[in-house]
Amino acid sequence: MPAPSYDAIVVGSGISGGWAAKELTEKGLTVLLLERGKNIEHITDYLNATKGPWEYAHRGRHTRAMELAYPVLKRDYPLNETNLDWWVSDQESPYTEIKRFDWFRGYHVGGRSLMWGRQSYRWSDFDFEANAKEGIAVDWPIRYADISPWYDYVERHAGISGSREGMPQLPDGQFQPAMPLNCGEELIAGRLKPQFGGRRRIIPGRTANLTQPLPGRSPCMYRNACWLGCPYGGYFSTQSSTLPAAVATGRLTLKPFAIVTEVLYDRDKKRATGVRVLDAVTNQTTDYTAKVVFLCASTLNSTWLLLRSATDVWPGGLGSSSEALGHNLMDHHFRVGASGRLEEPGLDDKYYSGRRPTGFYIPRYRNLFGDKREYLRGFGYQGSASRQGWSRAVAELGIGGAFKDAMAQPGAWTIGATAFGEMLPNHANRVSIDPSKKDKWGLPVLAIDCATGENERLMRKDMMNDMAETLEAAGVKQVRTYDNECFPGMGIHEMGTARMGRDRKTSVLNAHNQVWDAPNVFVTDGSCMVSTACPNPSLTYMALTARAADFAVAELKRHNL
Amino acid sequence: MASVIDRREAIRRVTALLGGIAFVGGTGLLEASERLHPRAAVTRRGVGRFTAQDVALLDEVADTILPETKTPGAKAAQTGAFMALMVTDTYTDRNQEVFRDGMQKLNAASFMTSTPAQRLASLEQLDREQKAYMDARRGNDTPPHFFRMMKELALLGYFTSEIGCTQAQRYVEAPGGFEPCVPYTPGERAWAGHA
Repeated sequence: MPAPSYDAIVVGSGISGGWAAKELTEKGLTVLLLERGKNIEHITDYLNATKGPWEYAHRGRHTRAMELAYPVLKRDYPLNETNLDWWVSDQESPYTEIKRFDWFRGYHVGGRSLMWGRQSYRWSDFDFEANAKEGIAVDWPIRYADISPWYDYVERHAGISGSREGMPQLPDGQFQPAMPLNCGEELIAGRLKPQFGGRRRIIPGRTANLTQPLPGRSPCMYRNACWLGCPYGGYFSTQSSTLPAAVATGRLTLKPFAIVTEVLYDRDKKRATGVRVLDAVTNQTTDYTAKVVFLCASTLNSTWLLLRSATDVWPGGLGSSSEALGHNLMDHHFRVGASGRLEEPGLDDKYYSGRRPTGFYIPRYRNLFGDKREYLRGFGYQGSASRQGWSRAVAELGIGGAFKDAMAQPGAWTIGATAFGEMLPNHANRVSIDPSKKDKWGLPVLAIDCATGENERLMRKDMMNDMAETLEAAGVKQVRTYDNECFPGMGIHEMGTARMGRDRKTSVLNAHNQVWDAPNVFVTDGSCMVSTACPNPSLTYMALTARAADFAVAELKRHNL
Repeated sequence: MASVIDRREAIRRVTALLGGIAFVGGTGLLEASERLHPRAAVTRRGVGRFTAQDVALLDEVADTILPETKTPGAKAAQTGAFMALMVTDTYTDRNQEVFRDGMQKLNAASFMTSTPAQRLASLEQLDREQKAYMDARRGNDTPPHFFRMMKELALLGYFTSEIGCTQAQRYVEAPGGFEPCVPYTPGERAWAGHA
C-alpha cells in the first residue's frame, strides 16, 4: 500500500504544533497533525473543569502511591490530584539524568498548551542582540523587526490581555484590555514609581486569557482553574484557538497515538520525504510522506527525533553536521524572591472579587540603560498581592468558634514576587541518546546533562535581594526573602538543543527555522532558541512558527522545497 | 467559524459537562504503587486502620477546633473521616505513628467523655505546646507535633469541604468578572478558591 501522502506533516500538537497546523492549512496545504498521546476534546474532555475542591478525595493533594508512581513529577507542583492524567508518566517515558533535570511533559493533543502558565511577553532587541554583543554562543539570525509583525499576528488570534507601557525591553503588542492590578498592587506600584529612577515598574501581567470575546471563545470567567481546561475557551490552548481554525479549513487530519520514530530522509534529494510513525496502541509502523515536515514536538522531543533520524547519512542524526545538535540546553531559573505584608491604614477595608488568572509583572531592569552588574543579562518578576486565606490558621494559635469565624474571613494583605532569570547557553549542557535504556515503545531514551553556572549563581543574589529592596522601598513590612533552589527543567521553559543561526557549522537551523541539511524540515518549538531572554517564551514560539509556516508555503510555491 | 458564544451558551455547555463527569486518573499506572500504599478503604466500620471510634474521636477534635457557630462545624463536614483518609494515604509511616500516638494520648485523657469546656481547655493546652514545639523545630529530622498534624488536617478538611467553601466562606465557581478593589466590611466571609 502506498504511503499516505500530505502536503505537510506537523509533529506535535502543543502551542507550536497547533500554530503550524493552523497556518499551513489556512494557506491551502493538506496537513497531517501527529500527536503521540491521546486526544482531548475541547470542553467535553475537561472532566474536572468545574469540580469544587471537595469533589477530590484528597482535595487535590497527592498520595504516597502517586509519589511512588511519579518519581520525577513529585519534585514539584505537577503531581496533584486534579489533572494528573495530563502529565507524563515517568515509568512509561523514562529518561536518564546525568545531572538532575526535572522534565515535566504533557503527551496528548494540545500538549502543555492545556496546562501552561499563559504569561505572554514579547522579546526585544536587547534579547536578540545580546549574544552577538557579548560574544556568547552564536548570534540570533533574526532581530525584533523580523518577528514583530508575527507577534502582532499571533497576539490577535491567541488573545493576549495586557497594558501598553512603552518599555523598550518589553515591547507593547496587540493587546486586549489588561486584567487590572488589585488595590494592594496598585498602591505598591504607585509607591514604586518615584523610586529607583522609575526603572522598576509593576505592570499588569500579560496573559493569554481573554478580556474580550473572540470567535468561538468567551472572555475569561475569572475561575482561575485554567489548568483543568476551560469550558469557556477563556485561555489560549490548541483546543480553544488553533485547532478549531485548522479543522475549519477541511484540510486537517489529526492523528493521536502516533509516535514519530524518525524523519525519513532522501540522501540524493537532500530532502525529508516524510516520517515513520509507531502506533502507540498497536505498535504498528506506518510511513507517511509529505513535501514539508514541521517538528513541533517540544524542545527535547524534537531534538530526540532529530538524533534518531537520517543516521545512515549522519550517525549523530539529522542536523548533526553542525556541532550544535543536542547542545546548549537552557531553561529559566526561578524559585527565588521575596514577600511581605501591606500594613496600610485603610487597606483592610478593601478586597477584590473574582479569581484573576494572572498577577503583576516587573520587567527586566538589570544590565539595561546603563546599569552594569557582575553577571550578564537579567530577570523579570512575577507576583501578586492578596489577602490571606484560611491556611494562615495552621501556624496561628487558636481553637474554637471565634477562631474559626476569624479564619473564614480574609486576613492580612500580603505581596510577593518570584524572579525568572535568563540562563546563558553553554555547549556543555547537552542531550544525547542513551542506548542502554528504552521507553515503553522500545525507543532508546534521552540522556540529559545540564546545569546552571556561575552567571546564574551571581544573578540569583540580585533576584532575591532586589525584591526585598523593592518591597521595602515601597513600604512593605515584614519582608522575607527565599531561595528554594532550582534545577534545570523546573521552569518548564526548556529551550535550545537545535538552535537557529547564521552559519551551518554552528547551528542546526537557519533564520527561517529550516534544518540546514534538510530545507523542507522546519523546527519551530523551543529547541530553536539561541538564548532564553528572561520573559516567558511561548509567545515567541507562536510567532516563530507562524513566520516559518508563511516562509515554507512561499518556498513551496517557488518550488524551492 | 463558529460565532461568538454568549455567556448563556457557555453556561449551557458547562451544565452539559456537569452531567457527564467521569472519574479521571484510573489509567492503571498507579495500580502497582497502590499495592504498596493501598488507599484507605472507607466503610461504615472506619477508614483504613482507623476504626469508627477513631473517626468519632477525630470528628470531636476537629469540631472543638472548628465548632458550629453561625455556620456548621467540622463534624458536620465529616472532617474526622477526611483526616483518617489523609493520614492513611499521604503520611509517611513515621508520621502516621506519631499521629496515632497522639490519638492514644487524647483517649488516655478521656477526651471523648470530657465536657465541651474540658475539651476546649485541653486542646488549647495542646495548641500552645505544638506552637512552641513547631516554632523551635528546624528541618524535618524530627516529626511534627501530633497536634499540629491534627489542626492542619482539620483546617484543610473543613475549609475545602463543601460546607467550608460554600457556607463558612463564599464559593463562586465561575465569578464571571474581576473587581480589583471593592469595599470590605469586617465579618464578611473570604472567597474560597477553585480546586
